[in-house]
Amino acid sequence: MGNFACVFHGESARFHHANKSTNERDQGQVARLGLIINPVAGLGGAMARKGSDEADIGARAAAEGRVSQAPMRAARALSAFRESCDAEVLAGPVLPDTGTVTPVGPDVLQGTAEDTKACVRAMAGQVDLILFAGGDGTARDICAANDTGIPILGIPSGVKMHSGVFARSPERAGRMTAAFLSDTRQRTEMVEILDLDEAARRAGRLSARLYTVARTPLDLAGARQNPKAGNTDPVGEMDAALAAYVAGMREDTLYVLGPGATMKALKDRLGGGSLLGVDVAEGGLVTGTDLDERALMARVAGRRVRIVLTVVGGQGFVLGRGNQQISPAVLRAAGMPPIDVICGAEKLAGLNPQELTIDTGDVALDGTLAGYWPVITGPGRRQVMRVVA
Amino acid sequence: MTAPIKDYLKRSNGYRAAKWSEPVVMEMTGSGRRGVVFEDAPAPDLPGKAARKTAPALPEITEHDALRHYLHLSQMTLGMMGISLFGTCTMKYNPRIGERASLDHLKGLHPLQEAETLQGVLEMYDKFSDFLCEVSGMDQFVFQAGGGADAAYTHACVTRAYHASRGELQQRDQIITTIQTHPCSPATANTAGFEVITLSLEENGYPSLEQLKSVVGPRTAALMVNNPDDMGIYNPDIKEWVRIVHEAGGLCFYDHANFNGVMTRLRARELGFDACMYMLHKTFGAPKGGGGPAVGAYGCAEHLVPFLPGPVVVKQGDGYALDTDRPQSIGRVREFMGNAPQVLKAYAWARAMGAEGLREAADISVLANNYMDKRLGEVKGVSRSNPGIDVPRMEMTRHSVEQVAQDTGCSIFDISMRMTDFGIDALWLSHEPFLVAEPFTPEAGELWSKEDIDYWIDVLEHVIGEAYSDPEIVKTAPHNAPIHQLTSALDEPGVWATTWRAYARKHLKSMAAE
Ligand SMILES: Cc1ncc(COP(=O)(O)O)c(C=O)c1O
Repeated sequence: MGNFACVFHGESARFHHANKSTNERDQGQVARLGLIINPVAGLGGAMARKGSDEADIGARAAAEGRVSQAPMRAARALSAFRESCDAEVLAGPVLPDTGTVTPVGPDVLQGTAEDTKACVRAMAGQVDLILFAGGDGTARDICAANDTGIPILGIPSGVKMHSGVFARSPERAGRMTAAFLSDTRQRTEMVEILDLDEAARRAGRLSARLYTVARTPLDLAGARQNPKAGNTDPVGEMDAALAAYVAGMREDTLYVLGPGATMKALKDRLGGGSLLGVDVAEGGLVTGTDLDERALMARVAGRRVRIVLTVVGGQGFVLGRGNQQISPAVLRAAGMPPIDVICGAEKLAGLNPQELTIDTGDVALDGTLAGYWPVITGPGRRQVMRVVA
Repeated sequence: MTAPIKDYLKRSNGYRAAKWSEPVVMEMTGSGRRGVVFEDAPAPDLPGKAARKTAPALPEITEHDALRHYLHLSQMTLGMMGISLFGTCTMKYNPRIGERASLDHLKGLHPLQEAETLQGVLEMYDKFSDFLCEVSGMDQFVFQAGGGADAAYTHACVTRAYHASRGELQQRDQIITTIQTHPCSPATANTAGFEVITLSLEENGYPSLEQLKSVVGPRTAALMVNNPDDMGIYNPDIKEWVRIVHEAGGLCFYDHANFNGVMTRLRARELGFDACMYMLHKTFGAPKGGGGPAVGAYGCAEHLVPFLPGPVVVKQGDGYALDTDRPQSIGRVREFMGNAPQVLKAYAWARAMGAEGLREAADISVLANNYMDKRLGEVKGVSRSNPGIDVPRMEMTRHSVEQVAQDTGCSIFDISMRMTDFGIDALWLSHEPFLVAEPFTPEAGELWSKEDIDYWIDVLEHVIGEAYSDPEIVKTAPHNAPIHQLTSALDEPGVWATTWRAYARKHLKSMAAE
């Protein structure tokens, strides 16, 4: 298992095998949607904070002049939703950037998880589904207040998204929501709500906890992220591949190395680096560890650059999860460098659907990066994976 | 087709495999026991160093002891005795006449005889090559490779020699394959020094043309694929694939191990392929044995013939000769002429079938699989790979018991072992990596009767029912087989022994010291 531990926590008894269920809606009953937007979601990512759960993250972000992407991503989901569904939407604690909604929740925001929980309680008995913009922490907060067991679905907007409730993009979240609300059977399934321990993560340990379970729309088309987190990383198998990679590294190139166990093994071949952070290496040595977006911008300027990444968790993400420091701005500053992905074939085989995902937050950039990427799976081996936004 | 066994599951009041407490033959020895004694047998006249100084340590038993011992062992074999729908292996009956023919015609020959005295064998090789050329559209077949993987390796070597002859080997260092191609293609490509680019499956059950195009280029040496793959899906774009790879200067190799469903329905050469291979020990009715002896018949078009491993059988006047003067040949991939007895058995099978027989067998195997697919679709907890794709499956289909495993905790391994309690041979699961969870891949071919297939599915259904009602019985299976679940002894090299000497060394140290 290596250092990626997954432990049960909280209401594990509710997680049972026969977990599919159907909620027959009466004819004539009007469907309504709840929309929760966590205003501090995702702030920690570009700040290299490994999450946004620290109580003062909002204040720190404000001091750095950063704003959350959540309201904007919620607006993207809402617009996709509106293409085929005109149901009423109750939204809080903050509102999406665009789109017609009915506000709910506290009049005065405290800037804490209490705001989210108050909105969930206000939605009880009122909505068929709660769509939320946030990450694993937001999912946990919603579950804590969701006493009536309303199904939930996540618009990916956080730093950590290991839980099984996240759609693979805001647009997919919107379309899935519309399909769910118009389906008289409203089929759901149970998925795990996982979260990384942020304190442990900042200290360099990767530890995913299973906090609880939640109902989420049954995903027949693979629109949600693969909820498998923390499979063993076959670092041993990859050893020869990493050795070959190191042997082929160029003296004149700055390598930006992403987080993850495979990357850690690569960094160890280059003198050692961080498990969860983004490091840089040149001349066969790691020369900067755990860099944030701004530090990366400074390092890549004027250099010949290659980005080296692995697939994050069991979710098929290569860019935009756990490595948000490698932001659109960094990629542009580096002159849109080539990206090498190193990942074991077994891990790729576990992806359903068989594709990798990028979500840098910049739709146009995601579009340019999408396509077929040959992933290094072993010495002398590459597997082509479709990469989608 | 095999004979019907009506309502076997209903009538069966419990299958029990024989379970003899059979000693190892070495332990049965009793001083002075022996079989027929020939008093006046001449002592062999051996050159000095070849003659033993001491008698070999053989057991002393009677002829009757020996017969009874091996009969008991044969009753306790763990497979090939029940219904075996072992997918990707095209299980066939191996006609006894083939055994007889190879005994009668080959046992008195030696491969080092002069070619003039091997005319019958050479003629058989030549005629079989012609037969397979007709089937595939290729120009020459060779039978040297000792199996499918060996034939794939032959192709990787031919690819190397071909590009080297054109001065392009430095540049062309990549071989393209797909994730559902048998692992022997990427493995042999790597062994021959190429980098392997594996394409992933997409919505239609095979990689898209765009994906292929994204990797084809000046570095492309060859494409190595099978079609249909072992999920049973035929890639209809294959001609276009071949065109794209040819346009870039690469060769195309068709792993035709899954040939059974398309025999006489398509020719590899007509699809544009430069080379292909057939498995004589699968499709062409020769026995598989316990992992050998096998033959991968490798065929290619004219432009690759100079690179074939030699010697190659050629017509010469009224007879046949072995052509050894082949300067561009890759050399040998196996000694002598490969497994000649297997070639003879396959040739006998192919001639007995004829073109019409092959076609009928192909059609029956596709029909049988689609019948199975339909019935399996009605079994609780069984799903099939690529459920959203409704293209017809060919001669096999990959299925999954993921739902059963989720609901009951019984894995496909448990279910497979429990099925052996009903006289069903262990299932074929999937090549690795598993793209489908809890997979199994049955292939009925043209051999098994509808009743056998029904019985097989009845047993699966029954065992899945047990998984839901009494999972323990499934998890602790087999109960009626000659042996039960293995202990961890197989993980301990100090314990297991596959030869008497190893057993003596590991367990009877005192004996070994003597
Ligand atoms: C499609 C395919 N190709 C190649 C092989 C390898 O053949 P062999 O086991 O004779 O080496 C197999 C064996 O299962 C196969 O199914």
